[in-house]
Amino acid sequence: MFEPAAPVDLSSGKYLKLWQGPQHPGITGNMSLELTTCGDEVVACKTHVGYLHRGFEKLMERRTFIQNFTIVCRIAVPEPTFNEYLYAAVVEELSGIKAPERAEWIRTFNLELMRLGSYLMWLGGVGAAFGQSTIYQWTVTHRDYILDLFEEMTGARVYHMYIVPGGVRGRLPEGFEDRARKVLDGVERLLMDVEKILFNNVVFKTRTKGLGVITKDMVDPYGITGPNQRAAGFARDVRRDSPYLMYDEVEWDVITGTASDTYERAWVRLQEMHQGIRIMRQVLDRMPTGGPFQTPLPNVLHWEVPKGETYIKAECTRGEYGYYLVTDGSQYVRRVHVRGPSYTHAIALMEKMAVGTNIADIAGLMVSLHTYPPEIER
Amino acid sequence: MSLKDLISPFYVWQRAFQKPYTQKRPIEERPGAPRYRGFHINLTEECVGCGSCEAICQNHAIDMVKVEGLEPRNGDSGLRPKFDYGRCCWCALCVDICTARSLRLSNHYAWVTEDPDAFHFIAGTDAMPWNQNSLGYRRDDDYHLLTHDRIEMDALSPEESLKGFDEVMKGYTEEQALLEADRCVECGICVATCPAHMSVPDYIKAVRNKDWEGGLKLLYETNPFSTTCGRICTHRCETDCVLGLQGTPIAIRWLKRAIADRVPAERYAEILNDTFTENGKKVAIVGAGPGGMSAAYYLRKQGYGVTVFEAQAHGGGMLRYGVPSYRLPENQLDKDIDYIRSLGVDVRFNTRVGQDVPFSELMDNHDAIFIATGLSSPMKLRIDGEEHPRVVSGLKILDDVAKGQDPGVGKRVAVIGGGNVAMDAARVSRRVGADVTVLYRRRIEDMPADPEEIHESKAEGCHLVPQAIPVKIKDADDPNQVVIVWGEAEMVSDAKGGRPRPVLQEDRMHEETYDTIVSAIGQGGDYDFMGECLGSIEQKWGKFIPGAYQQTGVSKIFVGGDIANSTADAISAVEDGHHAARGIHRFLSEEGLQ
Repeated sequence: MFEPAAPVDLSSGKYLKLWQGPQHPGITGNMSLELTTCGDEVVACKTHVGYLHRGFEKLMERRTFIQNFTIVCRIAVPEPTFNEYLYAAVVEELSGIKAPERAEWIRTFNLELMRLGSYLMWLGGVGAAFGQSTIYQWTVTHRDYILDLFEEMTGARVYHMYIVPGGVRGRLPEGFEDRARKVLDGVERLLMDVEKILFNNVVFKTRTKGLGVITKDMVDPYGITGPNQRAAGFARDVRRDSPYLMYDEVEWDVITGTASDTYERAWVRLQEMHQGIRIMRQVLDRMPTGGPFQTPLPNVLHWEVPKGETYIKAECTRGEYGYYLVTDGSQYVRRVHVRGPSYTHAIALMEKMAVGTNIADIAGLMVSLHTYPPEIER
Repeated sequence: MSLKDLISPFYVWQRAFQKPYTQKRPIEERPGAPRYRGFHINLTEECVGCGSCEAICQNHAIDMVKVEGLEPRNGDSGLRPKFDYGRCCWCALCVDICTARSLRLSNHYAWVTEDPDAFHFIAGTDAMPWNQNSLGYRRDDDYHLLTHDRIEMDALSPEESLKGFDEVMKGYTEEQALLEADRCVECGICVATCPAHMSVPDYIKAVRNKDWEGGLKLLYETNPFSTTCGRICTHRCETDCVLGLQGTPIAIRWLKRAIADRVPAERYAEILNDTFTENGKKVAIVGAGPGGMSAAYYLRKQGYGVTVFEAQAHGGGMLRYGVPSYRLPENQLDKDIDYIRSLGVDVRFNTRVGQDVPFSELMDNHDAIFIATGLSSPMKLRIDGEEHPRVVSGLKILDDVAKGQDPGVGKRVAVIGGGNVAMDAARVSRRVGADVTVLYRRRIEDMPADPEEIHESKAEGCHLVPQAIPVKIKDADDPNQVVIVWGEAEMVSDAKGGRPRPVLQEDRMHEETYDTIVSAIGQGGDYDFMGECLGSIEQKWGKFIPGAYQQTGVSKIFVGGDIANSTADAISAVEDGHHAARGIHRFLSEEGLQ
């Protein structure tokens, strides 16, 4: 907990305790902020998590390697595919399996499409948090078109369960590429509209510029990754720094900002959405349409992964996402640890940044960090 | 801050005149994508109830349950998956693993009912609103969670194998055995099919764990001829193996061999640890084939004094004298028999009951008798000229070869028949340098011989002539040759729904000259040695019809093996022997049969 400069004496009548959450406070999920306010200024913030704890890491120790891939998607609801990919990647590495190239292309597309979908929902959230709920309706509509694509490709809108150790679960449906291009065109037009009415909006600018500044010296001590650190000027991106899948085969730019406030973080994400569309268009052009998309697995009913341990990371929408897997040669995971960016962003960072802000800005500040509580409580 | 920032947001009006995106449910229905993972459908007719869906389900949402009106049969457990939609997460792993590919998901995703029990249903059997839905998630053709192709076993090439009597199949290497064992889904459908009900999934698991000793113990629980059956078993288990539904069945037989081959004979006693105390009762067994010796093994383990009477000089019966050594080397058969003998089973070779020792002596001096003499009398062709000196039986040739003698078949041989004896006689004749033609009444697919035998016979150059009916045998100009007259047959479907029947086409007759004609159309039994007891034992089509536990009308006589079952193969004989041993034990102990 970040302590205010002077001790808080609640009986003085000067301070008020205010709870934000744990009821779903917008798109930030079920966690709560215990705010101590003085007037409409926040003087202290304590975060409380645990309302979504489902014990995924423990559950996974009681399931076979194939069964686990169906539950990892639930760890971060709005972007399940990063979990699917990383789980597949750690299991593949420890069992010495390499997914075929076609599967790698499909995975790349899948992950970028997910990133776009997740950003669209976030974009709506940040709009809504600052009173622009029209944006939310637009972006969520286009996210639904993306979910339609996922439904076609994977058989489900949210819990895709498509990236499986060894490859992917099926080829792309007939005519999928054309429909995907259409959706991307639509999103691109939407982003231009959003830029006009949100990013060039005097209300939004006034409220977000200068709000929640993450200084450069906070980035590493607070474990800040992803767009939050790029908005502070760090050109770090796992996709560029340690490329995986097909990211070094396609052209794209790492977007950075300087001001590192809520507006800058939103702007960086907006530009990353354009980059994502750029990546996906290249993938659609270059993806092989034939060949295997799955490397044969051992019989999954008694699949034993050799003893070992590994950590693999990927750049998810919100920063570095990693899976640490320990196996003991049995049919079960010995230990799995899921490292999501929300843990660092939503707890320590939030407690620090809330201090000194206005109560009305708390929701927007929290959205600007882009965190998902289920991932904190995996 | 600029004027633009004030004006720009009004751009929002541009979209105000666009058509809304919202769909008006429930007035408008939105179907799921063609691949949508909706509600379950099971094609009950194609499902065999292997339970792989139940095994892979991470939520325990699937129970395999008995379905009314569906009886278990070979290759079908009679169970069908029952889904609990309170637990299901529609991951479709059950669809991916389904060995029969009968399970699928519809693209139906919304369902409202007031009956809470309705969410617990047997897919495909219970009437659900989506049962006729034709879309939804299916396993992609190129996506597999199981390995559908068998690991092939190394074998001698046909050229190499023709040079002599070396074993053709080389056996799995350890790596091959592990890969093949890995394919098993442990459904156990094979256990029901196996005449001896061997614990197949368990011993395959032992292979996976490289636990050869544990595997051997499992084999001996039901089959003391594992080395042998690992080579020549008719493996009906593989016919019903669910992996065969979409690919090739598990090589169950070869995995049995993989276990037996990896344990040296010297270690059998230590591993199997068959200890017992003598119970003072005596059992006589006639015939040291797989039936007789299996009975001897299981009786001996319970402390009975067992004496086996065998007419030949060595044990094994038809396994030794009817199966050539390129399929079953003698030392491998000896490995099984020697272990049984090492427990103190007294085998009297060269002792033919009824000739060297009277049957009455067996009756008088033993508490029970098990008869498993096998079928050793070749059946007659029942055509003219059958008595020609150049006509010999398939068994005679195999017997000669087993005893190291030249069968003297000459250069051109015709084999009549389509069973394993016919195939073996043909292949043995190829090995002594003859050109071989096999004449069979029906089609190749009707041949009772193992498909491997048919395949290998062809590969070794035997000429198979199906739909050929022998009509007459007559003298050739050369006294060392013989002429066979045979006619082509047309297959005529059976009005009663039985298998098609060959009908001789009199206008398409052939006359061919051979050095030897081998008759191999089946064998019968010879029971004269039993004397007056025979009258009290039920018989049909030349075979005994035993009651429960292989017991006959003469209460102390039990029968088994080829003379008492319709399948006439080694594994059935083993089971008969085991079963008779249980029966004899019940008969001679307090709990017993009358």
